[in-house]
Amino acid sequence: MIPLETFRVALRALLRNKMRSFLTVLGIIIGVGAVIAMVAIGEGAKAQVEASFASMGSNLLIVLPGSTTSGGARGGFGSMPTLTWDDLGAIQREAPAVRYAAVQLRSSAQLMSDDQNWATQVNGTSPDYFRIRNWKADRGRLLLDSDVESSAKVVVLGATVVDKLYGAVDPLGQTVRIKNIPFEVVGVMEKKGQSPTGQDYDDCAFVPQTTFMTKIQGGLQKFISGTIFLGATSTEATARAQQQVSDLLRDRHHLDNGADDDFSIHNLTEMANAREEGTRTLTTLLASIAGVSLLVGGIGIMNIMLVSVTERTREIGVRMAVGATPSNILLQFLVEALTLAVAGGMVGVALGVFTAGRLAAKFGWPTLVRPDIVVISVCFSGMVGVVFGLYPARKASQLDPIDALRYE
Amino acid sequence: MALIELEGVSKVYRMGDVEVHALREVSFAVEERDFVAVMGSSGSGKSTLMNIIGCLDRPSAGSYHLDGREVSKLDRRELARVRNQTLGFVFQSFNLLSRTSALENVELPLLYGGTPARERHARASEALARVGLADRAHHHSNQMSGGQQQRVAVARALVTRPRLIVADEPTGNLDSRTTVEIMALFQELAATGITVLLVTHEPDVAAYASRVVVMRDGRVRSDTRQAGRRAADDLTAAPPVDEAPHEVSA
Repeated sequence: MIPLETFRVALRALLRNKMRSFLTVLGIIIGVGAVIAMVAIGEGAKAQVEASFASMGSNLLIVLPGSTTSGGARGGFGSMPTLTWDDLGAIQREAPAVRYAAVQLRSSAQLMSDDQNWATQVNGTSPDYFRIRNWKADRGRLLLDSDVESSAKVVVLGATVVDKLYGAVDPLGQTVRIKNIPFEVVGVMEKKGQSPTGQDYDDCAFVPQTTFMTKIQGGLQKFISGTIFLGATSTEATARAQQQVSDLLRDRHHLDNGADDDFSIHNLTEMANAREEGTRTLTTLLASIAGVSLLVGGIGIMNIMLVSVTERTREIGVRMAVGATPSNILLQFLVEALTLAVAGGMVGVALGVFTAGRLAAKFGWPTLVRPDIVVISVCFSGMVGVVFGLYPARKASQLDPIDALRYE
Repeated sequence: MALIELEGVSKVYRMGDVEVHALREVSFAVEERDFVAVMGSSGSGKSTLMNIIGCLDRPSAGSYHLDGREVSKLDRRELARVRNQTLGFVFQSFNLLSRTSALENVELPLLYGGTPARERHARASEALARVGLADRAHHHSNQMSGGQQQRVAVARALVTRPRLIVADEPTGNLDSRTTVEIMALFQELAATGITVLLVTHEPDVAAYASRVVVMRDGRVRSDTRQAGRRAADDLTAAPPVDEAPHEVSA
């Protein structure tokens, strides 16, 4: 018998009992819908975490200077400058897994345009910093090596600062006063949004590190009064870079084997992975609960197919009498179960996508419907149909034609 | 060579500890184009004989040649093939698929025979026309009278152009008038070259056949050729009048 005919016969049999067919596939619909919606929520959360970490910078390591201990009270990291400019040079030279290294000297300062003012974080740094953070200029230019060498009084502003100081006016070429010293605005950073902790990345200004030290906040000559940002050569290399820098700094700081580090290295890639791991666990949990409901849906299909085989025993007998082989009958009931399950799966996908959309709109949750999950869900429900349809179909095909014809 | 050749066919059923001998070494042959009625009371083995001849069942012992082919050892799949290609069935309770049109019911054997859709429609329509139901092709079986349903069943049996039609009490659920119509159809089929094997317990019905085989206790008791068989044509010289459609519990 032609496959298309088998499908047509199956479809007709199912449409004959519309309500029953619908109730049978309801389990599959809810199961698949739940899988799609749950995974969409999980994936949305994951994508959000990924995006926020990506905006901090790729393959990023941050080295913080160490702590002071005075009178038994131990200060936190960064309470004492322990990192030297020589350390920075050594890292650049001797840690092969590190591609870029740049300082970030920070100070809070009042910025003044001609008619506005705004307090923001002013950073002293070098051009590599922007490469580490994967941050580009929206207008104008970034800091240049020549700016650093010549201690140029130039500033690159974040988008928020531009908005506060200049509004719609083009800030390029304007003069902004930082601690009453005039700086020329040479660039505006592209918008970066919020950090994973909710801090506004765009509320800041950048000046060359040399200018920062001479004009904004005089530091110690030898020590860096800030943090060092490192860019590893690749994502895989971040752990290696961390180890290399750690070994290098311990060696340079003459720390004994048992002594505490007088610095700390934060591995942002690891943090991102940990967060992702968390959302992945959540996704797996939600998906397995949804998967169980799919299984329950499959049992519903088996149940109704068994009823159907019993009800249609006479029909099976007639079909066999006119020449249906056992495999014809097997195929017919199998296709029926498969049709039920796949139709349920497709309706379930629609339901899941709709639900994900509604949740996104209502609660502002980020959701992401992954096409591969959609395909997998439909295939899986088809598999459920075949697995749970096989026993009833086999039962039908094994009927004795004489008994089946006599069945009342 | 005979179309049906049974040689020492026995059928034994086990009912718990008891062995039931439904057929005891039946030897029996039917020539092509013959119209044979098998008679007997219930338990005589006539239904078992019909099931074996109809390839719905296999004998416990003995051989059965259908159209020269030994079919008693075939498996379920091969038997289905023989039923589809060589045989046609007509049952007492019609056994049409409910909520399915007459045309589709008649197409069913062709569907399993793998006939393409276009040819299927054409042949099914032709078969329906042959039983006088061309205008009822799209009626569902539950919209037809018993006589019409049985004629659809006959059309379904002959649509594959079988060598043999096996009819099991085909008039058991019909009134005397429609009985005559159906018997006329069978006589007509026999005349056009299809062998008909009719199982019945009514002598009136058996009277239409050319040959009557009487069964008792699993054996053939008598086997007589009826020279002066009753001709259904005489009684239905006028074309059959359809009864008003009514619900029939099939």
